Amino acid sequence: MELGLQVDDSRAPYTVLAVKGEVDVYSAPRLREKLVELVSDGHRQIVADLEGVDFLDSTGLGVLVGGLKRLRSHDGDLTLVCTQPRILKVFEITGLTTVFKISESVEEATGDRPGNE
Amino acid sequence: MTAERSLELSVPARVEYIAVVRLVVASLAIARRTLAEDRIDDLKLAVSEACTNAIEANLESGADNPVVVSCWEAPERFEVCVADAGVGFDPDDLPQHPPVTDPDRLNFERGLGIPLMRSLVDDVRFESSPGGTAVWMTLFGGPEFGDETTEILRVVISEQD
Repeated sequence: MELGLQVDDSRAPYTVLAVKGEVDVYSAPRLREKLVELVSDGHRQIVADLEGVDFLDSTGLGVLVGGLKRLRSHDGDLTLVCTQPRILKVFEITGLTTVFKISESVEEATGDRPGNE
Repeated sequence: MTAERSLELSVPARVEYIAVVRLVVASLAIARRTLAEDRIDDLKLAVSEACTNAIEANLESGADNPVVVSCWEAPERFEVCVADAGVGFDPDDLPQHPPVTDPDRLNFERGLGIPLMRSLVDDVRFESSPGGTAVWMTLFGGPEFGDETTEILRVVISEQD
């Protein structure tokens, strides 16, 4: 299954990267490339929306850890949006829930409130 | 009780095959066993991690050997074995990650697969030698008391045997 990566930069200063599909050792390099590209293009507050992710393994976790490290070295940050128990569980087992900021919605991650236009 | 092999897959050591393996193993487990949905998710992830390591081990060894995945069943358990022909490793001598509270933790992007496997399934055994590694993952839970769908699938499969 092809990994879906959609960038929404309409929520400045945040850049929302919506990830869809299965993130494993086959597809994770594309996620890494996209994160590297966004940081290189000057994006510093990235929100990775994982609500469309069906499967995430340790390679995917590694790419997100790498993205967080890259962003922090540029005074930026990587926030995750994730409410799916099967995906959250992977972060919980590895202790990474304390490393990442994990929000329940893109609105929460970007500080928007529903209806606030 | 002795487990019997119910499936064997030999797949090229290429990463695009991992999704196929986890789908096949999960489908078999759903059809044959009474396992909650989240246990199937756990199995898929553990199998995926084992396959990732096996493929890397085969590629590092330089030989174009396949990864062999087999499923074994006994009344009380479902086992998956993922075997590679890599150079082997010592499962008791894995590098430790800094605690998550340590900023250096971000320097470690790899090495989470085996801890994940150990957390996800009921038992993990490594049989490793210089000729290769076999990872055995066990989920306990019998085929009895399945829901109706599971029962129907089991009948269909047994008729095909």
